[in-house]
Amino acid sequence: MKSGEKLVLGIEGTAWNLSAAVVSMKGVIAEAESTYTPPSGGIHPREAAQHHSANIGEVLDRVFNTASSEGVLPEDLSAVAFSQGPGLGPCLRTVATSARALSLTLGIPLIGVNHCVAHIEVGRWNCGMRDPVVLYVSGANSQVIAYRRGRYRVFGETLDISIGNALDKFARYVGLQHPGGPKVEKLAEPAEEYVPLPYVVKGMDFSFSGLATAARDAFDAGAPLGNVCRSFQETAFSMLVEVGERALAHCGKSEMLLVGGVAANRRLNEMLSLMCEDRGARFDTPEDRFVRDNGAMIAITGLIMLENGITTPVEASAVNPNYRTDEVEVTWID
Amino acid sequence: MDRLNECDGPIYMNPSDGKYSTSRDILFVARGAEAVVEIFSDIAVKTRIPKRYRLKEIDTRMRKNRTFTEARIMSEARRIGIPTPIIKDLSDYVIVMNRVHGRLLKDCITTELCERVGALVGLLHKGGMIHGDLTTSNMILSEDGRIYMIDFGLSFFDTEIESRGVDVHVLFQTLKSTHDGYEDLTEAFKKGYRPILDCADDVLNREREIEKRGRYL
Ligand SMILES: Nc1ncnc2c1ncn2[C@@H]1O[C@H](COP(=O)(O)OP(=O)(O)OP(=O)(O)O)[C@@H](O)[C@H]1O
Ligand SMILES: [Mg+2]
Repeated sequence: MKSGEKLVLGIEGTAWNLSAAVVSMKGVIAEAESTYTPPSGGIHPREAAQHHSANIGEVLDRVFNTASSEGVLPEDLSAVAFSQGPGLGPCLRTVATSARALSLTLGIPLIGVNHCVAHIEVGRWNCGMRDPVVLYVSGANSQVIAYRRGRYRVFGETLDISIGNALDKFARYVGLQHPGGPKVEKLAEPAEEYVPLPYVVKGMDFSFSGLATAARDAFDAGAPLGNVCRSFQETAFSMLVEVGERALAHCGKSEMLLVGGVAANRRLNEMLSLMCEDRGARFDTPEDRFVRDNGAMIAITGLIMLENGITTPVEASAVNPNYRTDEVEVTWID
Repeated sequence: MDRLNECDGPIYMNPSDGKYSTSRDILFVARGAEAVVEIFSDIAVKTRIPKRYRLKEIDTRMRKNRTFTEARIMSEARRIGIPTPIIKDLSDYVIVMNRVHGRLLKDCITTELCERVGALVGLLHKGGMIHGDLTTSNMILSEDGRIYMIDFGLSFFDTEIESRGVDVHVLFQTLKSTHDGYEDLTEAFKKGYRPILDCADDVLNREREIEKRGRYL
């Protein structure tokens, strides 16, 4: 048993990745995951949920085993945190059910965590940031977020599809396997030509669906795939960086945090760090393991909430597939 | 494009480096997202500086198009009665304009002002223009009490309900994220906007629809 520090178990399962972790404020003590791989293309909510319910027992066993080899037993936990939304309803319900059962068995509080807020919190925690502008880019979300008076406010977001979704759709169309983002990145690297593609920014909002269509058309018209991949990335990421910079200017903040699955893209990292360098802002992104969906981010956020006296009574623990980032009361920033 | 010489005033260009100055010294530099704006006592010089993060092809295209667009639409908006700075000189990446003395609406927004913003945006839309970046950082309440619109780099000519809806949506999002009293502010905006434009309700309904898009699927 580790004395003194609080320990929280977090379970993430909003989409294809099922993951659990035990953390303290000092770091991750144990983690385990199981990923649902769709047979073809996109995610099928019911099949993903079936995957989660078939595997959650095994994932929890593994995380508890690793934890106990580190000297942490289930009864040492202070709370169980789970991703309450946003996400796919059937997946969310599977995870919530397990979390409720654990909280009851162990007699410890339950904490419902907003998945998007968890991406931000694990980033702030891992990068040591206080009050950043957050660019949150994943398969399901593309938002520019910053804290103001008790909430994370959305300053800008996609008007149609997310960047991850746009990349995956394009990748699938040109015959690349899921997930397409990393493959597009690889193909773009050696390419040198730029094919003009639509650049659509509306204030701090942006749109990717026209870009995805134009990229397909360019490919169909015979442009080399590498060039189209490069142009897709350069155009889409320029839009995101521009909007990020506009948010920094508008909010008068000086830290920029990149989170979500697409944060693994090296070119996007490079562009954001150049922008921040020129502005005198600090740029950072969490380690890869904290960037994609993971249990540790839920656990860390749960821990922060617990330290601030926030827990979720069972009656209030219903999942919320449309849980908005700005619905969460944030009491731990100022 | 011809230089937009709508007004003349005491500004000087140093032929050796192409930089502008007035008889008086620079007061301060405002830094937006895209541009560096040097503020002199009577003029503002907005320069779209190169961005290292984006490809040359994108960067040059962007900065030229936006500078040109901004000058064009800022003048057109003024022609139909919307207070905007008078443009004094223009080159590929630089706009020299009158300085507006006042405060950003971001720092002094009220429901009364928001109602007047509604009327101004209505007028702009009726005139066939979309601002493209309607935020309270891009409006100035001048010392003579008028609301000036600035920052027209993302503007374009269009009369579609969708474009107008997105324009209003961008503003509402800023009201929600940056200010308190979102409901009152948007209601005030609508009150000012409705009487100006025949299809105002279509635009406002579309705005609500747009708000629901882009959410988690
Ligand atoms: N004519 C003017 N008179 C006084 N101040 C001005 C004027 N034009 C710009 N400013 C100041 O400079 C700031 C930045 O200008 P502007 O909004 O045009 O550029 P920007 O924000 O860099 O552009 P964008 O928002 O498209 O990235 C404004 O918020 C305002 O404080
Ligand atoms: Mg501006």
